Amino acid sequence: MSARHEASAQLSRRRFLQVLAGTAGALIIGIPFAEAVDAPVPAALLGDTLYGLGAYVRIDADGSVIIGARDPDTGTGTATALPRIIADEMDADWTRVSVVPLGLGVEDDNGKPRWAYGHQTSGLGDSIPAAWRDLRQAGALARWLLLQAAARRLGVPADRLRCEEGNIIAPDGRRLGFGALAEAAAKIAPPATPVPLKTPDRYTLIGQPAGDVDARAIVTGQALYALDSYAGDALIAVLSHCPWTDGSVESLDTTDTLAVKGVVKVVRLKPEAGVPLGQTVRAPAIAVLAETTWAALQGRAKLKLQWKPGSQSESSAWFEQQAADLVNDKDAAPTTRVRNDGDIDTAGKKAARRIEATYVQPWLAHATSEPMNCVVSVDKDSASLVVPTQAPQQAWQVVQRLTGLGPAQIQIRVPRVGGGYGRRLDHDFVAEAVMLAKQVDKPVKLMWTRDEDLGQDYYRSASVHKFSATLDGKRQVVTWNQRMASASALAQRGVPDNRLWTSEVDAHQLPAGLVPNLRNDWYALPSVMPRGPARGMPHLSNAFAVESFVDEIAHSLKEDPLITRQRLIGAPRSIALGDGRTLDTARLANVLQLVADRLGWKNWLRTVNGFGIACWHIDGAYVAHAVEASLQSDRLNIERVVCAVDVGRVINPLGLEKQIAGATLDALSTALNLSITYKDSQVQQHNWKDYPLANMTQLPDTAEVILVPGDRDPSGASFLAMPTAAPALANAVFRVSAVRVRRLPLMKELLRML
Amino acid sequence: MAHAQDQILTPRTGTTIVPEKMRDGVDLEINGRSYRHTGDEQMPLLWYLRDVLRLTGTKYSGEHGEGGYDLVLVNGKLASATHLPVIELAGKSVTTVEGLAAADGKLHPLQQAFVDEDAIGCGYCTPGWLMASLDLLNRHPQPSDNDIDQLPNLCRCGCQTRVRRAIKRVANGGHA
Repeated sequence: MSARHEASAQLSRRRFLQVLAGTAGALIIGIPFAEAVDAPVPAALLGDTLYGLGAYVRIDADGSVIIGARDPDTGTGTATALPRIIADEMDADWTRVSVVPLGLGVEDDNGKPRWAYGHQTSGLGDSIPAAWRDLRQAGALARWLLLQAAARRLGVPADRLRCEEGNIIAPDGRRLGFGALAEAAAKIAPPATPVPLKTPDRYTLIGQPAGDVDARAIVTGQALYALDSYAGDALIAVLSHCPWTDGSVESLDTTDTLAVKGVVKVVRLKPEAGVPLGQTVRAPAIAVLAETTWAALQGRAKLKLQWKPGSQSESSAWFEQQAADLVNDKDAAPTTRVRNDGDIDTAGKKAARRIEATYVQPWLAHATSEPMNCVVSVDKDSASLVVPTQAPQQAWQVVQRLTGLGPAQIQIRVPRVGGGYGRRLDHDFVAEAVMLAKQVDKPVKLMWTRDEDLGQDYYRSASVHKFSATLDGKRQVVTWNQRMASASALAQRGVPDNRLWTSEVDAHQLPAGLVPNLRNDWYALPSVMPRGPARGMPHLSNAFAVESFVDEIAHSLKEDPLITRQRLIGAPRSIALGDGRTLDTARLANVLQLVADRLGWKNWLRTVNGFGIACWHIDGAYVAHAVEASLQSDRLNIERVVCAVDVGRVINPLGLEKQIAGATLDALSTALNLSITYKDSQVQQHNWKDYPLANMTQLPDTAEVILVPGDRDPSGASFLAMPTAAPALANAVFRVSAVRVRRLPLMKELLRML
Repeated sequence: MAHAQDQILTPRTGTTIVPEKMRDGVDLEINGRSYRHTGDEQMPLLWYLRDVLRLTGTKYSGEHGEGGYDLVLVNGKLASATHLPVIELAGKSVTTVEGLAAADGKLHPLQQAFVDEDAIGCGYCTPGWLMASLDLLNRHPQPSDNDIDQLPNLCRCGCQTRVRRAIKRVANGGHA
């Protein structure tokens, strides 16, 4: 650690002890020490964490331990898993640990923001990998300081002491609790170099199951989401957005609205020119501000409001047709040739067999349970917000731009969040709330109603995938060609044109590395529908198409689709895919075999029900699903679903199981029922009846999850189980019904084809 | 001090106390406590609970309450709070998720089962599941899978399989 780091570390400890004057004997650990010893990370990768300050661990004199959770928990379990990584490293007694959400950590670095806690983003599947890199050191440092304090107190060298569940124990059996040592430990200068981390054989919490830390608060109704915050007597704002993003107000009469008791003000909002999507108002809107939500809703209902349509009229049906035309036009040049291994043109000429198929997937919404909302208090010196966000640092950028306040003048709290799925990586709703708060002299609580939430989303684009594969006389896949058309989720977001494909297709996705001649082309389509990041993107749509197509190849060969996949995967080996990514075929084959065995795949041919299977890999993590489905007249039953994942080391198996089972059900629900359609550029889904998440009748009674044990650094899992559930289901449906579903949502297509 | 107190306690002669006019209001009981709502009596229970009483465990669902995040019990029967005007609750007893645990903080067996099964995703829909499950168990102490299938709740996180286990755990006397 350089002198500069050390100086900032000392500063942080002093500052915190000042803040905690009156709380005697607290030991507080900040991030400056957060460099994992056994996994050296270049300073550049750690970003600002090396210089940041913040409380990750506080040990009070009574022995209670408070651990800060830095990443927003949208239901992905980070508030439990991240603190357990720290708690294990410090040998804390988990029953004495309470977890607090840290909120945004930002400090003023000569007018620029300095992110005090490093990584603070949820939903990109990197919360646990990032925590593994740096948070363990926070726990290790706490343990080291406590050991030094105990050594002095007990007169025994620190290396002869051991830590166990919040105690330090001497060889002669004397023991001291963390609480009794906290004050002394806080006075010990931290070491100049990172302290050693535990070896895995000494983990006590990592790898052990733990329930959600917020469970009690949630089941008693005491957990406060952003929507449950009121900032004193905030005015409630509800909005009516223009259905056309580039529309405008034709006429507006607010007389009746303002006559509603409790309504205070009506305000017009519109997108700021030149600001990327997701950082400003999404579409022109009229906001009704009132003393209660009820008054605001009544006021909104009484607006006499006419919107003027935007310049372009587009429908989802037209979009799909455009996409299909593109992938079918042999002369159309791709926007991006994402991958081009070998030579498909030459190799394909001597094919014994050619197989083609095209898959169509619909537009999707995020459909979070807690709608978009934001609570803001702002004056000339400060802004205080409660934001249900997945990316508080990005929320800060929006607030800073709109208020001009300095970094330390903006406070952002992030309580538990009612679902994210990528929607809350955008902060249009934060921009709206700040704009409104600046116009009234009271705090404002903005709440999107459900119709706005579904109708004003940054959607996932529909896509069309066309495949053409050739096989040789030995039934080996020799060439593979994917042509995909969609509207990039990254357009109008300041991303260069030559990177727009990255939200649509993964250059390393299956069967890359397994087929000698493989070409993957992406065709960009424009659309008036705003798009944005979505759970499982880009794997969700690609895995459905690829893994359905592999099944079609198996069917064409009259072969068991498990065997077709095993032949495709081949011998255990590590394949370099480029960009530093590898495919470990043994791990992929393993998850495939595990789900097959659990489902009883040997009955594949004999069962009256249909068996389906699919596998995938994402950033070094592996997943497979197997589904058993039955059909009684037109009623589809998912009898069983099995999922196996290999994420390397498992931090919290109970939490991971929940993520995997949950993503499985979410993916099934999405595949079965969900689509967003639009006509005249207006979205046609406005409530849960139009966008019917699956109910319990449609979903399987259990979701069987197999976690492959491992000791590699953990991979993220928040969307790992999304991609393979739908193709496994569609492949099972094919077995039981002989209907090959090439268009989602599945139920609609199945009923049409039966 | 005694002198000052006398001044306060002794009405000045010639003043008459005029009782305040009886205010209109709706009397109702929520989680065993009595409340009188004197505001807009058409205000739906959802907003009365959340905005007025700050009992925010009952969640906003949607325009029509579909999704089940807003479920409460009214006189023991499952009801959506979204379109239930407070006036219709006069003299009735409402139970929300905040009213399930005992006064000493001991969790209701159903709450405990949700904790034990870790049947919580983001948690936003959990209060609604609890209220609907409680209603189901009141009607069917040993619910079948088909009974459980009829629950009206939605969960985007995919916790349905764990909720099912939690309900069965309660039916099984708290055992898995």
